[in-house]
Amino acid sequence: MTTGTRLGRAPAHLLVPALLGLVFLLVPLAALVARTPFRGLPQRLTDPVVLDALWLSLWTATAAMAISLVVGLPLAWVLARVDFPGRSVVRVAVTVPLVLPPVVAGVALLSAFGRSGVIGAPLRDLGISIPYTSTAVVLAHVFVALPFFVVSVEGALRATSREYDEVAAALGAGRGRTFFRVTVPMALPGIVAGLVLGWARSLGEFGATITFAGNFPGITQTMPLAVYEALSTDPEAALTLSFIMLVASVLVLALLRERWFGEIAR
Amino acid sequence: MTAFLDAHVVVRRPEFDLDARLTAEPGDVVAVIGPNGAGKSTLVRALAGLVPLDAGHVTVGGETWDDGAGRALDVRERRTGMVFQRQLLFPHLTALDNVAFGPRSRGVRRSEARRLAQGWLDRLGVGDLAGRRPAHISGGQAQRVSIARALATDPRLLLLDEPLAALDVGVAMALRVELARHLPGVHGVSVLVTHDALDTLTVANRVVVLDQGRVAQVGTPHEVAQEPQTEHVARLMGLNVLRGRSSGTVVRLADGTDLVTATEADGEVNACFGPQAVSLTHEEPVGSARNHFRGTIRSVVPHGSAVRVHLDNPAGLIADVTPASAAALDLVPGRRVWAAVKATEVTVYAVRDLTR
Repeated sequence: MTTGTRLGRAPAHLLVPALLGLVFLLVPLAALVARTPFRGLPQRLTDPVVLDALWLSLWTATAAMAISLVVGLPLAWVLARVDFPGRSVVRVAVTVPLVLPPVVAGVALLSAFGRSGVIGAPLRDLGISIPYTSTAVVLAHVFVALPFFVVSVEGALRATSREYDEVAAALGAGRGRTFFRVTVPMALPGIVAGLVLGWARSLGEFGATITFAGNFPGITQTMPLAVYEALSTDPEAALTLSFIMLVASVLVLALLRERWFGEIAR
Repeated sequence: MTAFLDAHVVVRRPEFDLDARLTAEPGDVVAVIGPNGAGKSTLVRALAGLVPLDAGHVTVGGETWDDGAGRALDVRERRTGMVFQRQLLFPHLTALDNVAFGPRSRGVRRSEARRLAQGWLDRLGVGDLAGRRPAHISGGQAQRVSIARALATDPRLLLLDEPLAALDVGVAMALRVELARHLPGVHGVSVLVTHDALDTLTVANRVVVLDQGRVAQVGTPHEVAQEPQTEHVARLMGLNVLRGRSSGTVVRLADGTDLVTATEADGEVNACFGPQAVSLTHEEPVGSARNHFRGTIRSVVPHGSAVRVHLDNPAGLIADVTPASAAALDLVPGRRVWAAVKATEVTVYAVRDLTR
């Protein structure tokens, strides 16, 4: 028995657009899979350029998440648990990079960390140059992925009731102990979900990276950049790389749904 | 000589003001009763330090916890234990680690904290559940663990906010016995917020009645049960209390009706009688029952082996009748009946003014 038998059939003027939307989302993905030259896959996977890009993407995204965890978790906690004037302004500031065009993010990063930037110029005097290095890739990733992480973790922290903080305090725990022993363990599913979301966002990052870090194979050329370059020189390679990233994305999604979203829902 | 717990809690809220005094000695179990919105939970939260005082003071064992002028100890610096209706056990910790959390937070070594925790779980009868997570124990067991958790910190002030309200009747009864056994042993004062007359009568040795943010009555459970000063407490105790002005043996009620009693009194009084003293009839009663009221039945509910009938006149009158007579009289909501009370069944006592 379906709900349709009780409330009547779903009307065509809703079903048809729904179907159109679904088809539009699925056809390009299916086409990508269909056109991927699977025979060449083993060679492609051992191609140094591909391996470099894959490795760079993986470690920079992971490093970006490590940084996001260290600064983003306390930031999310402050937003969720500390009452201070101007909190809503801070929250908006944190979410601006979410809606900012990634290229603009890259230009903003250049303005700050570029050779003549507000932070970049003093750093250059110390002999440190960030743009067009792997560090720049990581910074670009942090800049675009941190808001994802903070927003999702703040939501998780708000979902775990403040009452537990009160219980911990009444039992004699300071805020630091409460944070590590109560708040974080209880929000762990949300924190992990935030990390996975941010990681996926990092993996797909293109605009901020190419603007701020450039496109140097082995140093700043991540997977999306490699795909973009291959598209003009070697379309088959572009398809293969795209397929690999599709698989990675689906894996992330599966991980999120199976392990963490399920747990939150329970 | 000031009391061990000497509190004057003043909290101003847009919706109401709480202004309540509370004193108690170690070993006292103070029941706080009153209708919803009377300020019971706010009182408890203010004592715990979760709500700052706007005025007044809280001192415990000679130590000032809050001076009402902004100088107050943090929640964690107060030696309180809290037990909530929704246990609020940490879901990611085992029962043992939940109980050990307090001692650990106060600097006790892990092994010692666990030994302590196991001891408290044993005392509350849930020692065998030490390794379980809260999701895998029943509500009653969880409440035992949460009581053990509160007691394990050796609190000077144990605050219990309706700890039995969410439990099944049988489970609550068993736990009530545990509370009656353990609370007087606390090295401080226990404050028990409750909606249940049984809690008040069996666990507490003192009762504070709150009404609209003010203390309406204080006394022993027996005193409060015998001579309730507010309609809410009368209801809680299952009694009818009508307020009026007595002159000789006649009490004139607020609506102008006269109630004849067997006790002579003058001035503002409460007239109190049990629901079993009320008889219901269809015809206007004649005979020895001197007082009768005509009212409409609002509800009819089973109450133990009797049937409890609520009437709208006089306001909220309750009458207990046998199921047989309830059926014979065809007592259903909306029916108009006569309620009769014998003068000798009515207890009259003076209204006490507790406004300070």
